Amino acid sequence: MTKMDGAVDIKTQPGFKGVAIFCLAMLYTPILVLMVFAFNSGNLMMSWEGVSLKWFGVALANEDFHSAARNTFLISIIATIVSTSVATLAAIGMTRVKAWPGMSAAFMIINLPLMVPEIITAVATLSFFALLARGFGWNFGIGNIVLAHCVFCIPFAFMPIRARLEDMDLTLENAAADLYATPWQAFRRVTLPLLVPGIASGAALAFIVSFDDFTITQMVAGPGQTTLPLYIWNQTRRPMTPEINAIAAILLLFSMAFIVISFFIARRRK
Amino acid sequence: MAGESTTAAEIALASQKRSARRHQLLSLPSVLIITLFGILPLLVILVYSFLKAAPYGGVEWKFTTDAYVNFLFQRDIFDDTLQFAPDYLYIYLRSILFALLTTVICLLIGFPTAYFMATRPPEQRSWWVLLITIPFWSNLLVRTLAIMFIIRDEGVINTLLMHWHVIDKPITMLYTNFAIVLGLLYSYLPFMVLPLYSSLEKLDFRLVEAGFDLYATKRQVLWRIIIPMAKPGIIAGCLLVLIPAIGAYVTPLILGGGLHLMIGDLIAQQFGSGRNWPLGAAQALILMAAVMCALFAYVRNSATGKMHHD
Repeated sequence: MTKMDGAVDIKTQPGFKGVAIFCLAMLYTPILVLMVFAFNSGNLMMSWEGVSLKWFGVALANEDFHSAARNTFLISIIATIVSTSVATLAAIGMTRVKAWPGMSAAFMIINLPLMVPEIITAVATLSFFALLARGFGWNFGIGNIVLAHCVFCIPFAFMPIRARLEDMDLTLENAAADLYATPWQAFRRVTLPLLVPGIASGAALAFIVSFDDFTITQMVAGPGQTTLPLYIWNQTRRPMTPEINAIAAILLLFSMAFIVISFFIARRRK
Repeated sequence: MAGESTTAAEIALASQKRSARRHQLLSLPSVLIITLFGILPLLVILVYSFLKAAPYGGVEWKFTTDAYVNFLFQRDIFDDTLQFAPDYLYIYLRSILFALLTTVICLLIGFPTAYFMATRPPEQRSWWVLLITIPFWSNLLVRTLAIMFIIRDEGVINTLLMHWHVIDKPITMLYTNFAIVLGLLYSYLPFMVLPLYSSLEKLDFRLVEAGFDLYATKRQVLWRIIIPMAKPGIIAGCLLVLIPAIGAYVTPLILGGGLHLMIGDLIAQQFGSGRNWPLGAAQALILMAAVMCALFAYVRNSATGKMHHD
């Protein structure tokens, strides 16, 4: 047996590159096809009649689209602010102190929404709000959706903030304490500025999962509380026009731009 | 004076205790929101699953185990006897089978991809991560609709194949089992690649080198060194695909066209057109139990794995 020194690249495995390229092709082909057909000028979904922005115009002029967009932004912005603030507090309460009784229980509760399949959360929340409405006459309107979103946004916001706190160098906080900073001053002037990237990425995750949610929103939403994913879903129930391609493309482009921007912000911070 | 220093120490201790309690209180808002609007609803469906179904949706407050009995049996209209009716059980087994199949294919595509990513130079790696992350955080409903556009009779694949005269008639792919598995695969592939990547990225390639020095072939290095070291990532990736795939709702709804039910849209149906909330609640809890079993197996597995390392 001869082993040719240097001839074996120890890191490569035969065929893996091909699979990786196949994987990317698989993930992006449907997205690209949808995007391309959003620029179709024809009235039919699948016959190509030339490039045009016509359907984007039709979509953007649609009053229903506007109200769905308003609802979506309203819900995700409130859910993001609430879940990121409470998750930041929880992350600080769990990393900067000695373990306290009940801490692991609190940790489990905060992560629970990630472990329950979405459809179960959806029907449980529906039943719960129906019970509140019937039993007590409580109906928070669009607030129902916001509350449901807060629940699953909290763990998404919590994870990066907690990770950031755990990686943080404690010497700076200790130095601040040595220089007679009160705990609040140390937090306000030292910890919080260092924590900003973690909070930003937590908020970005919370925003995007709320913005894109379909299953839970569909179950919980009352009449007139249409969000963009629900609007797209309602459109597919009718004879479809390329308008739906345009709206779907707008939604995808928005999410993608959002992810790419947070990627570059995170990279610059490093 | 001695008394004074004791008081100072007591004050310090008291303030420390107070600050510890303050820190505990910081978790309270999160815990409260999730308990009230996440856990309480689960208890509500637990109660609902033992109630009688109201004729037009909702429940009547009468205790009954009908929902669980109806899960497995059907009551004969004439003589009121119970007959074994495995329809729901069949849907559960099918969903689990589809989810397992999806997990295996995801692993077969995801492992080489993650390994390839992890062995790129650092600059290229972050681009690959971005490329995999984009679909991961993109709207699932829209991505599933995109699959529909591709595989339907007038879709891109059939149009191209007919244009090239490979086939005369479109191949029916939409609303089949194939469509559902393809959709699940497409939805959850990034859930496999990302955790695999983060475990492969930390791989110590000196061990791989040592393997080659001992005349191992590429295949032996892969099976005996790389895969065993990546095991935590493999298990995490498999769970992240398996659990949402078992309860998938959007995929069978759109790509199965309501013809090929999976657990997720079966449950949703009971709360919608089926108007049998207790049955839907029972079905949801049975799914929950299945998921908890998978998680429990994972926790036990990772616990024994750790002991093995020590």
